[in-house]
Amino acid sequence: MTEARSHAWNPELADAIIARRLDEPGSCLPILHDLQAAFGCVPQAAVPMVARALNLSRAEVHGVVSFYHDFRSEPAGRRVVRLCRAEACQSVGGEAAARTLLAALGVDWGQTTLDGAITVEPVYCLGLCAVAPAALIDGEPVGRLTGEGLIEELLVGGA
Amino acid sequence: MTRLFVPRDSAALAVGAEAVVRAVLAETACRGQSVDIVRTGSRGLYWLEPLVEVETAEGRIGYGPVTPADLASLFDAGFLSGGAHRLRIGRPEAHPWLARQTRLTFARCGVVDPLSLADYEAHDGLAGLRRALEIGPAATIEAVAASGLRGRGGAGFPTGVKWKTVAETPSDQRYIVCNADEGDSGTFADRMMMEGDPFALIEGMVIAGLAVGATRGYVYSRSEYPHANATFAAAIEAARAGGLLGEDILGSRTAFDMQLRVGAGAYVCGEETALLESLEGRRGMVRAKPPLPALKGLFGRPTVVNNVLSLATAPWILAHGAKAYAEFGLGRSRGAMPIQIAGNVRHGGLFETAFGLTLGEIVEEIGGGTASGRPVRAVQCGGPLGAYFPPALFDTTYDFEAFAARDGLIGHGGVVVFDDTVDMAAQARFALEFCGIESCGKCTPCRIGAVRGVEVVDKIRAGVAREANLALLKDLCRIMKLGSLCALGGFTPYPVMSALTHFPEDFAGAPLAAEALEAL
Repeated sequence: MTEARSHAWNPELADAIIARRLDEPGSCLPILHDLQAAFGCVPQAAVPMVARALNLSRAEVHGVVSFYHDFRSEPAGRRVVRLCRAEACQSVGGEAAARTLLAALGVDWGQTTLDGAITVEPVYCLGLCAVAPAALIDGEPVGRLTGEGLIEELLVGGA
Repeated sequence: MTRLFVPRDSAALAVGAEAVVRAVLAETACRGQSVDIVRTGSRGLYWLEPLVEVETAEGRIGYGPVTPADLASLFDAGFLSGGAHRLRIGRPEAHPWLARQTRLTFARCGVVDPLSLADYEAHDGLAGLRRALEIGPAATIEAVAASGLRGRGGAGFPTGVKWKTVAETPSDQRYIVCNADEGDSGTFADRMMMEGDPFALIEGMVIAGLAVGATRGYVYSRSEYPHANATFAAAIEAARAGGLLGEDILGSRTAFDMQLRVGAGAYVCGEETALLESLEGRRGMVRAKPPLPALKGLFGRPTVVNNVLSLATAPWILAHGAKAYAEFGLGRSRGAMPIQIAGNVRHGGLFETAFGLTLGEIVEEIGGGTASGRPVRAVQCGGPLGAYFPPALFDTTYDFEAFAARDGLIGHGGVVVFDDTVDMAAQARFALEFCGIESCGKCTPCRIGAVRGVEVVDKIRAGVAREANLALLKDLCRIMKLGSLCALGGFTPYPVMSALTHFPEDFAGAPLAAEALEAL
């Protein structure tokens, strides 16, 4: 589930991505997902292109992009930790583990370390509530995690 | 060749199932043996994951929780023929935790290869669809109605009534939309189904489509479930290849096809009208009702919006008969409910059982109390919009009405256990904060109320005009409950008010110190 390395902005590629789904009804979200998969974010320059293709205003497309927590305006770090903050993880020390990790990385929620290595994002439930606290690291599930374990995985053992 | 079964369920992966598979392969290579590894879903006994099962003459024998370090001793003990070992649990079906369950919807989960249509059929799959094709749409709807099945997403609306309404609404197109946006903390049954028995959901959607005259279906899942989405997408392909989807379903000359759509991290899209907006490509803003989605839903057409579990239960009802299903349960809560036990609990997992246990039995007997070994202090039932129950209410019967009578809800079946270290004022604050983060912003009680609620709880915790602010918080909860457009704003008062009602002492402590206030 590791995310592919993202491409630099490329309008021809964006055009091709948008064109692929034009026959599908209600294809705005799938197109935005595809753009983010290719470029690591939804680039500003892509918004008017999506709007034109779907016969929407730029404001409407901007409204969709900004509504959903997943869509980024800048690419994330090389590794992405989506750490669950919901109740089941809270009940077994998830918040303390999160604080330990954030302090070790010197970032707040949603931020990327200065060297661009790691982004930590909050997420509300990964469906791993029976093996909480839980996270997705580069799309791979991790359960019964601890702050120290995360630091080990990301800073010591990891790339 | 000996067959080994290892789950590829996300939660099993989260505790090392993949490393166990690698270790098995390394160990067999070393010993010059070979095994056939089948990847399954999870049985739902998560404290035993990774649970490895081996096929023997006496049936499948389970070992768990297995770590890579255990493999050498397992091989030495002859586990490939079911040999004795400290991790051996015997036949999983005979394990008390499974033996006590009534597995209807989850009968195959953890047993079959989720992507093998042949395996699915060998385990009673497609019997329901064949029956539906035989008896026709009207009798199919009648069977679902007579079973007493109520929506498993949270609202508990009778599924048969919904199907009948859609079927009877004239239109050139109708849709089946599966709500797989399982955002409630403490719930994971939809994920387990999509990963462990995806054909049951597909079969259920096809049955719904035939019943109401819909030829298109959408499953709206979550980006937080990458593995479930991958498995489900592969299952759709396999179903198409096997004639379960397409222009001519099982040779019946009727058509149905479906698409998997993935949300983008918005909890409110689990609300059915916000989900429809999102499917149409817009912001997930809640629609005012009426019109009901059954009359005017996706793209303005009559639409069945059902939860994963409701749809995945339809095949069982058709195959075994409405009466067989309705014989389980009590009162107006018929059938079996996949309860998901999670949080600070010893035996967390999926426990499917007929309605009617008490909450205390679920938490203490089945869940085994807290994982920390400390006393249970609170149990949140029904996700982030559900009430916190104290042990004093553990005699509450697990059914829709009994929970409603105690100002709670069973919702999608989540039960999250907290020990005595929990700060209930902090939990009340979180409920409001979460509502603020996830509010779609359409209605004022939710959009403004959530933010004001956090501020008021902070003042109460800080000891600022406590009595006046407690009264204000109660008033705010009343306004949100009565004035919000959907359950996000409307039900956020449940966790807040239940915390306030059952745990008032947590709101009455010494004013927080200055540095703690800073951290708020």
